[in-house]
Amino acid sequence: MLRVAGLHAYYGQAHILSDVSLEGNAGEVVVLLGRNGAGKSTTLKSIIGLVRPAQGEITFEGRRIDGLSAHRIARLGLGYVPEERRIFTDLTVMENLEVGRQPSRAGAPAWSPDRLFRLFPNLGEMRNRPGGRMSGGEQQMLTIARTLMGNPRCILLDEPSEGLAPVIVEQMAATIRELKQEGLSVVLSEQNLHFAASVADRATIIEKGRIRYTGSMAELQANDAIRAQYLTV
Amino acid sequence: MSFSAIVIQFLNGLAGTSSLFLVAAGLSLIFGVSRIVNFAHGSFYMVGIYLAYSLIEYFGRGSALGFWGAILLAGLGVGLIGIVVELVLLRRIYQAPELFQLLATFGLVLVIKDVALWIWGAEELFGPRAPGLRGGIEIMGRTLPEYDAILIVIGPVILGLLWLLLTRTRWGTLVRAATQDREMVGALGVNQAWLFTSVFALGAFLAGLGGALQIPREPANLLLDVTVIGDAFVVVVVGGMGSIPGAFLAAFIISQIKAFCIGIGTVEVFGASFAMSKFTLVAEFVVMAIVLVVRPWGLLGRPQAMPRHAGAAEERISLASRPLSMAAFAVLAILIVLPATADTYTLVLLVDIFVFALFAASLHLMMGPGGMVSFGHAAYFGLGAYGAGLLLLKAGLPMELALALSPLVGALGALIFGWFVVRLSGVYLAMLTLAFAQITWASVYQWDEFTGGSNGIVGVWPAEWLTSKTVFYFMTLLLCGASLWLIRRIIHAPFGYTLRAGRDSPLRADSIGIDLRRHQWIAFTIVGAFAGLAGGIFAFSKGSISPEGLAIPRSVDGLVMVLLGGVQTLTGPVVGAAVFTWLQDEVARQTEYWRALLGLTIIGLVLAFPQGIVGFVKARLPARLGGGL
Ligand SMILES: Nc1ncnc2c1ncn2[C@@H]1O[C@H](COP(=O)(O)OP(=O)(O)O)[C@@H](O)[C@H]1O
Ligand SMILES: [Mg+2]
Repeated sequence: MLRVAGLHAYYGQAHILSDVSLEGNAGEVVVLLGRNGAGKSTTLKSIIGLVRPAQGEITFEGRRIDGLSAHRIARLGLGYVPEERRIFTDLTVMENLEVGRQPSRAGAPAWSPDRLFRLFPNLGEMRNRPGGRMSGGEQQMLTIARTLMGNPRCILLDEPSEGLAPVIVEQMAATIRELKQEGLSVVLSEQNLHFAASVADRATIIEKGRIRYTGSMAELQANDAIRAQYLTV
Repeated sequence: MSFSAIVIQFLNGLAGTSSLFLVAAGLSLIFGVSRIVNFAHGSFYMVGIYLAYSLIEYFGRGSALGFWGAILLAGLGVGLIGIVVELVLLRRIYQAPELFQLLATFGLVLVIKDVALWIWGAEELFGPRAPGLRGGIEIMGRTLPEYDAILIVIGPVILGLLWLLLTRTRWGTLVRAATQDREMVGALGVNQAWLFTSVFALGAFLAGLGGALQIPREPANLLLDVTVIGDAFVVVVVGGMGSIPGAFLAAFIISQIKAFCIGIGTVEVFGASFAMSKFTLVAEFVVMAIVLVVRPWGLLGRPQAMPRHAGAAEERISLASRPLSMAAFAVLAILIVLPATADTYTLVLLVDIFVFALFAASLHLMMGPGGMVSFGHAAYFGLGAYGAGLLLLKAGLPMELALALSPLVGALGALIFGWFVVRLSGVYLAMLTLAFAQITWASVYQWDEFTGGSNGIVGVWPAEWLTSKTVFYFMTLLLCGASLWLIRRIIHAPFGYTLRAGRDSPLRADSIGIDLRRHQWIAFTIVGAFAGLAGGIFAFSKGSISPEGLAIPRSVDGLVMVLLGGVQTLTGPVVGAAVFTWLQDEVARQTEYWRALLGLTIIGLVLAFPQGIVGFVKARLPARLGGGL
């Protein structure tokens, strides 16, 4: 479904990613694990076209997407949910969803506001509230719902559990599992191993812009040495 | 003022609100979405009024349908021009530093002005009054023109339509979203290019319509572009960038103040009579200055993150590499031996180049290392020039002393204005410098008894021993050369490093105990001194001073020079000033349409060298040679 190979990215002179490779298969949840500043967000931004990689190949459903502009990539059915949420604070919940709306596409679950409100009941109760007057958890739900309005086949979720209360993190995990049930492929970035383990099939570990480990989530759970080396603070 | 007079002035103010609102709303929309400060927006207004004139002539002056049809068509025509401009020019420079975009739109101003000159000529064109609306409405014994009554209605109607468009349509939702975070809108699959084109078209249409609607009230003329853009900037800043209701509110306030200043006439204050109507030229800028200081993001706007400085990825400034120092000495050597062979004409041109090199270098010190973009740098140049002239003629000081004091006059102005200016950053800071420059200009322009008003000052001649062009040339070379050397020293002194550190990360500078504002204030004052010296020399080289010396175009010239050469390096503005001054002189001698050629050159340069000429050369030189350029 999504394949990243030999990716290099820079911010100005700083070499942020070197030789990053990553793979997400159809219908699977894969997690990119790493500490703060490891390069997770930069990897996701490179995939969606917000950061222009210096080198490397990104293919989505067999099609090269590196070098395309973000809106073209999104229209191919790749959704992106940013770490900072980037809700349109002046716009209401309904209007935020409207910005994300794209025509439905074959082979992807089709979303409407009503269907999304069943997935995120909270949002349904505040349809006309401006995004700026919502709690962090509600904003996190809205940013995912907004991306789903584009009817993607695959979504990139950048640290969805960050800064959320434990109950909400539980909800988030349930939501991701539900999306997987719907047939959506998910690429997730996380620092929270516990959360990742509750949703992901496979894991890739990134540290200082380099890939250190790739394998199944179960294997990683069993491998104390790797976890201690790259993930614990 | 009687009550009925107050009511009439209020209604006059309301009528004025409409056109101002239309222009400002378009400017605000465009800025909100594309973050481009469109200098050419006043030009769209101007084209609107000219087009309306021609179309009405074409349809016949008597027909009401022809009149209103012409006005609508004029707006649509300008909208079409907007589309072309967006597709051909702006689309290519969205990624360029914001100041280059500004420069490109300014090039457009020059081109449009000359196209209008070519099509419609230099004479003012008076349009007809609106058919069927030639009468007046009696209000408490006074008359309000019927057409003004229509205008009063049109403004709020368009505000309402815009509001519906922005809140009730998908397009409007996307526009509002993009105003906040256009990158995110793109990541959600929206084609920004298309959104930008449509917003630009709408903005241009509104400006064109605003112009066309004025045809019965004011003649079409070639000065409208700059006056209108000044007014529109003020309205947008006062109302809050990107806020349409804010634009309406600000247009209302400013039109009312203007109407009442005219209405009040002359007032007696402590026995002295003061013509309030003179205040109209400054009023809006005073309002803007107050708003910027008290509530920088405008009455109805909200605080926004603004790019703080011009350079894209700023690199470390290194001291002159060896080849570069050698090149500098070679140029200096040539300049020293040149008078032996050069004619007077060349010497005079070179004096101009030296003066503007200093002017541009001082602006560079402020924009580059200082991180403060000034739209009103001419103020300090003009203060230096007027200071020198007045000290010579009114205070009777010897010429040498008057010239020596000109930097102090510039510095004093900068000291006072700078105190306010350094409290802001980004576009807001630039706007405040513009406001102060306009206030200075308007004061000079209207204070007939002291500054000679619009006539300026004549008889500002240098001392006996400097009357020879060659001697004056050497004096200028010495003063400007020494100043450039000093500016270079300042940039590389700890003071310069502190400024750059503050510019690059204000928070960190703050946390290590640097008082950034104080440093910026000092820098601002120093910069004012250098600009003042440039102005002083300029005054004596010409023998006269006119208010144009500190008007907006002079400030823009400075910006063009700095950006042309590249803002990252000190060599940039010097090269930029030389190229610009030479081009202006050369082209102006060849053709009446020198502005268009200059504008096209600017646009071409921006498209070809988005990092400026020197930046371009530097990127292609080996690092060893390019260091310190
Ligand atoms: N816009 C930026 N400009 C410069 N450096 C950045 C920028 N964004 C992130 N970085 C740097 O890139 C590195 C990787 O950041 P990021 O991808 O955000 O990491 P993560 O998401 O894993 O926390 C960090 O060292 C960070 O400081
Ligand atoms: Mg991150």
